[in-house]
Amino acid sequence: MQTEPIVTLEALAAAVPDGALLAVPKDSSGVAMAATRELVRRGVRGLHIVCVPTGGIQADILIGAGAVETIETSAVTMGEFGPAPRFTAAVRDASLRVMDATCPAVYAALQAGEKGIPFIPLRGLIGSDVLRHRGDWKVVDNPFDQNDPIALLPAIRPHVSLFHAPFADRYGNVFVGRNRDLMTMAHASAQTLVTVEELVDGNLLADPARAGSTLPAIYVSRIAVAKNGAWPLALGENYPDDEAMLSRYVSLARTADGFRTFLDDWLQQQRVAT
Amino acid sequence: MTDYSPTELLIATIARLLQGCRHVAVGASSPVPGSGALLARLQSGDAMRVTVLGSLKNNFFTSGGVELFDLAAQGRIDAFFLGGGQIDGEANINLVGTGTYPASKVRWPGSFGSAYLYFLVPRVILFREEHTRRVMVPKVDFVSAPGTSAPNVHRRGGPHALLTNLGLFSFDREKSRFRLESVHAGHSVEEIRDNTGFEFECPDKVPPTPAPDAATLAAIRGEIRAEIAETYPRFAEQRLVSGAASKY
Repeated sequence: MQTEPIVTLEALAAAVPDGALLAVPKDSSGVAMAATRELVRRGVRGLHIVCVPTGGIQADILIGAGAVETIETSAVTMGEFGPAPRFTAAVRDASLRVMDATCPAVYAALQAGEKGIPFIPLRGLIGSDVLRHRGDWKVVDNPFDQNDPIALLPAIRPHVSLFHAPFADRYGNVFVGRNRDLMTMAHASAQTLVTVEELVDGNLLADPARAGSTLPAIYVSRIAVAKNGAWPLALGENYPDDEAMLSRYVSLARTADGFRTFLDDWLQQQRVAT
Repeated sequence: MTDYSPTELLIATIARLLQGCRHVAVGASSPVPGSGALLARLQSGDAMRVTVLGSLKNNFFTSGGVELFDLAAQGRIDAFFLGGGQIDGEANINLVGTGTYPASKVRWPGSFGSAYLYFLVPRVILFREEHTRRVMVPKVDFVSAPGTSAPNVHRRGGPHALLTNLGLFSFDREKSRFRLESVHAGHSVEEIRDNTGFEFECPDKVPPTPAPDAATLAAIRGEIRAEIAETYPRFAEQRLVSGAASKY
C-alpha cells in the first residue's frame, strides 16, 4: 500500500542513519540546508558523504560538526567566498578521510549505480595522482581492443540521497527542473529524502510541460516542506545566495571557536523560525 | 604607455587563442576566461558557441552536470580552461594541495573535472594570473592531471597555452616543454625567468603580447562587460571599466 510520503523536517532527518553513505548535490542544484541543520542538531555521526560532484557549505558544516568520517568528492569549496575552512582544517590535522575524485567519475559511478552494474569505465585519469590514490579504482585493458588501458570505477549506491527542490505534489512527485543530477542521485540511491519550498495541488506527471522535469514518486522516500530550505544557498530562480551570510560563515569558521559560535547561532535561528 | 588594463590584455589574448573554435566551454570561477570566450564569440560573428558554467543565458545543458563531460568525450568541446595551485614545466597541474598527500600542508578545493577534461579537450588553456615560483614549480606535489601521457593512453586533448599576468607560453606536446611566446607590456623576460621555477624554451627575441586594438577594447568595455555581469557581477563591476557599445 502506498503511504503519503509527506513528513515533518525532523522525521525526514531521522531517516538518515549514523554511518550512512549520503549523496548530496553541488551548491547550485538545491542543497537541503534546513534538513542538514536537523542532522547536526541530532548529532549525526560517521557519515560517508558523496558530493555530486562537489561540496560547499553543507559539507563544511557537517565536517566541522564532527558528523563526517569520509568525504568522496571532486572538490570542496565556498567558491568566490574562499576556501572551505573546516574541510581545510580537517585535512590538515588528518581527522577526515578524503576520497579525491574528478567530477565525471562521480557522475559515472552513480550512473553505474542506477543501472545496477558493478562498475563503469571512464576515460582520462591515467597518470594522475587522483587515480593513484584511489585504491578502489582499477586500470584494465579494453577487452574490445588492443593496447588501450582504461580506468574502471566501482558503482556508487548511496544509502540516502538528500536534496532541496522548488516543489512537489502530494503524490510524492518532485519537480527538479533542469537539475538532472538529482534524478541520477535518486535513481542510484536506496532512499531519497527531499525538502521542498511548497506542495502543489494536482499531479505533476499529468502536466506534459512539467512531467519530463519531475522525479517520480517511486524514487522518493520522504518529503518535508522547508520554506527557504536551501538558505543561505540559492535555489534556482526562487532566491539567490545570501552573500552576507556566506561571507560571515567563511570568516567565522576559520577557527574552531568561530565555527562553534556560528553553529550555535545557526541552530538557534531555526528554532525561532519554526 | 598603455591605454588598456592588464585584465583587458588577458581577455583579448584569450579571445585570440580561441580563434577557429566551434564550441568553447568555461568552468566555474572563471570570469577572465569567460570574458575572453564571449569576446571570441563576438569576433567570430557569433559563429562560435560558448558555454559558461554558472550562467543561465549561456548554458544550454539539460542533462545535468554530466553533459559537459559527455560533450567533451564526443569531441563537441574544442577548448576549455584549467588552472592550478601549482603548474610545472611538463604542464602537470595540481589543484589538490602542497606537501605530502593526503595530509596536505595547504589544501586546495580539489581536482574538479581536470583529471578527465585535460585528456579530451583539444585546446586546454592553462590560465593562472599569479606568476610566481610558488605557482610555477619544478615539479607539482600532486598530479591532478598530467600534461602528457604515454602513447598508448587515449588522449586527444591537452595543454595548448599557459597565460599568466606576465606572459604567454605555448606548449610543445612532443618535447613536453613550454615556450615563451610573448611578454605583456610592463614586464620582461628576466622577470618571467626570475618568477618561474621550471625551464622553458625562450627565443632570443620575445615579442610583446599584442595590444588589444580600439574595437576590441570597445567590445570588452561594452558588450562583454554587460554579458559577463550576468554570471560574474562583482568581476564586471570591479575589474572592467564601462564604455559605450562597440561597433560589433
